[in-house]
Amino acid sequence: MYTQGLDQKGQSDKRDGLESAADRKAFQKRVDAEEKIEAKDWMPEAYRRTLIRQISQHAHSEIIGMQPEGNWLTRAPSLKRKAILLAKIQDEAGHGLYLYSAAETLGVSRDQMVGDLLSGKAKYSSIFNYPTLTWADIGAIGWLVDGAAIMNQIPLCRCSYGPYARAMVRICKEESFHQRQGFDILVELCKGTPEQKAMAQDALNRWWWPSLMMFGPSDAESKHSAQSMAWKIKRFSNDELRQKFIDVTVPQAEFLGLKVPDDECILDKQTGHYRHGEIDWQEFIEVLKGNGPCNKQRMEKRRNAHEDGRWVREAARAYAEKRAAKAA
Amino acid sequence: MNREQALLAYVSRLGDNALILGQRMVELVAAYPELEEELANANFALDFIGQARMFYTYAGELEGKGRGEDDFAFLRDENEFRNILLIEQPNGHFGDSITKLVLFESFYLLLLEALKRCADQRVAEIAARAEKEIRYHLRHNTQWFLRLGDGTDESHERVQGSLDNLWQYTGEMFAADEIDQIFAASFNGPDLDAIHDQWMMNVTAIICEATLAQPGDGWMASGGKQGHHSEHLGYMIAEMQYLQRTHAGATW
Repeated sequence: MYTQGLDQKGQSDKRDGLESAADRKAFQKRVDAEEKIEAKDWMPEAYRRTLIRQISQHAHSEIIGMQPEGNWLTRAPSLKRKAILLAKIQDEAGHGLYLYSAAETLGVSRDQMVGDLLSGKAKYSSIFNYPTLTWADIGAIGWLVDGAAIMNQIPLCRCSYGPYARAMVRICKEESFHQRQGFDILVELCKGTPEQKAMAQDALNRWWWPSLMMFGPSDAESKHSAQSMAWKIKRFSNDELRQKFIDVTVPQAEFLGLKVPDDECILDKQTGHYRHGEIDWQEFIEVLKGNGPCNKQRMEKRRNAHEDGRWVREAARAYAEKRAAKAA
Repeated sequence: MNREQALLAYVSRLGDNALILGQRMVELVAAYPELEEELANANFALDFIGQARMFYTYAGELEGKGRGEDDFAFLRDENEFRNILLIEQPNGHFGDSITKLVLFESFYLLLLEALKRCADQRVAEIAARAEKEIRYHLRHNTQWFLRLGDGTDESHERVQGSLDNLWQYTGEMFAADEIDQIFAASFNGPDLDAIHDQWMMNVTAIICEATLAQPGDGWMASGGKQGHHSEHLGYMIAEMQYLQRTHAGATW
C-alpha cells in the first residue's frame, strides 16, 4: 500500500532560516546528480520534514490497510486463499515495520509516529476508509489498490533518500505479487457462477473511483509537487501516474469481462490513452476530513489494539528491568 | 474400528487441531499489542493453516472418496470436527492467547517428535516439518509467558487467571481413546502417558520460572476429540464456512 498524494500545506520551521544558501545549493547539486542522500548527510529541514511525513504516512497506511483485508480472513472461501491473504497481510505489517525504520533514520521515533497516528494528527491513505463488503473486494484491493500503489511506488525506488529508496525496492516486489494474487481472485470469480461474477462487478464499481483518487489531486491543485519533484522524492505528476494506471487497468477489466463504472472511459485513438470522467474530489475531501464510511471504525480498532496492549508492553518493560537489575 | 479407519480419523483430527487453532489466531490479526507480534502471530497462524492443509489432503487420499482439504475444512458440520476443547476457546486477552499456546504447543511438540518416528511415512514427514515450526513458536510464546508472569503485578494476576481458567482443558490432550490406542499399537504412534509425564515436567518448569502458581489437579473437561464441543465452535465454523455453504459447488 502507499501514501496518497497528501500534498499538505508545508509548515515552515524557524530552523529553515538558519540554513545557508550554499548548503542548500550543494544539496541540490547532489540530488541533481542522482546521488543518494543518506541518514547522516546534511539535508534541508524541509526535505527532512517532507520525508518524515511521507514515509510515516506510508507506514501508517500499511498498518491501517491490514484491517479491511483482515475483515475477510476468517471468511476466506478456501484454505489456499486464506493462507495467501494471511501472508499478504503479514507482508503489510512487515512493510510498516521497514518504513517506520526508514523514517526513524530521519530522527523521529516510532513511538512518536504511532502517537501521531493514534491522535489523528498523522494521516493514512484514505482508500482504507472504504469497507470490504464481499470476498470480491479482496480481489479488487489487490488488483486496483495495490496496482495503483505500485504505480506510485516504482518511482520511489529511485527516490533521492537512500533508506526510503531501498525499502521501496523490497516493498515493490511484494506488492506486485499481491497485485497478481488479487487479479487471480477476480479471474476465478469471473469464470465462476453468475453470482460470483456479479460480486466481481460490484467490487469494481465500488473500488474504481476511490482507486483513481489514490493518486491525489490534479497537478494544478497539488501544492507540494514541484518541490518534491525538484528534490527527486517524486518523479511523476499525480495526473501522469493516474493516466498510466488507467491505461494499464482498463484492458485488464476487459479481459475479466467487467466494465469500469465510467461511461466516458473510452480509448482516445489520437493520444493512445483512455479518457476518464470527472473525479468527485468532494468525496475525496470528505473522506480525508474523516467522513468516509470507515474512518472512525479503523481508528477505533487501532486505538483499542494499542490500549489493550498497554499492560503487555508494561510487563515486557518490567521484566527487562528486573533482568537488568539482577545482572547488575 | 480397523487400523485404516483409525489412521484416517487420527490424521483428520490432527488437521482439525491445526485448523481450529489457526482460525482462532487469524481472528487476532490487526489487534496485537506490538507490530512485531502482529508478524509473529500471522506467521504462526500460517504454519497451522499449512499443517491443516497437509493433514487434510492426506486424510482425503486415505479416505479415497475424492474429498480434498477444503471439503474437510468447509463442508463438515461442527460435530465432525474432532479438535480438543482447549484450542477452540475464545481468544480473550493477550495472556489468554499466550497461555493457550504454551499449554498446547508444549504438548504438540512432544506429540510431533513422537509422530516423526511413527510407522506411517506420510504422517512422519508432515510431523518432521511441523516440529520445526512448533519448536520455534513455543520458544517465542514461552518468552512472552515468562514476561507476563514475571512482569508487573497486573500482568502476573492476569496470566495467572488465564492459567487457572485454561488448565481444565489440558487433560483431554492425554486422554487416549480408541483411535489413539489403535494408532499407537498399529503405527508405533505416540504413548500419551509418557508424553503427559514429560509435558508436566516441562510445563511445571515454565510456570515456576514465570513465578506463577501451578493449578492443582481437578476436574478436566473433555469431549472435543469425540465431537462434543463447547458452544464457541459453532460460531467459528459458521463464519469460516459461510461462503462455501452459500455458494454450493462454486470454485474460488
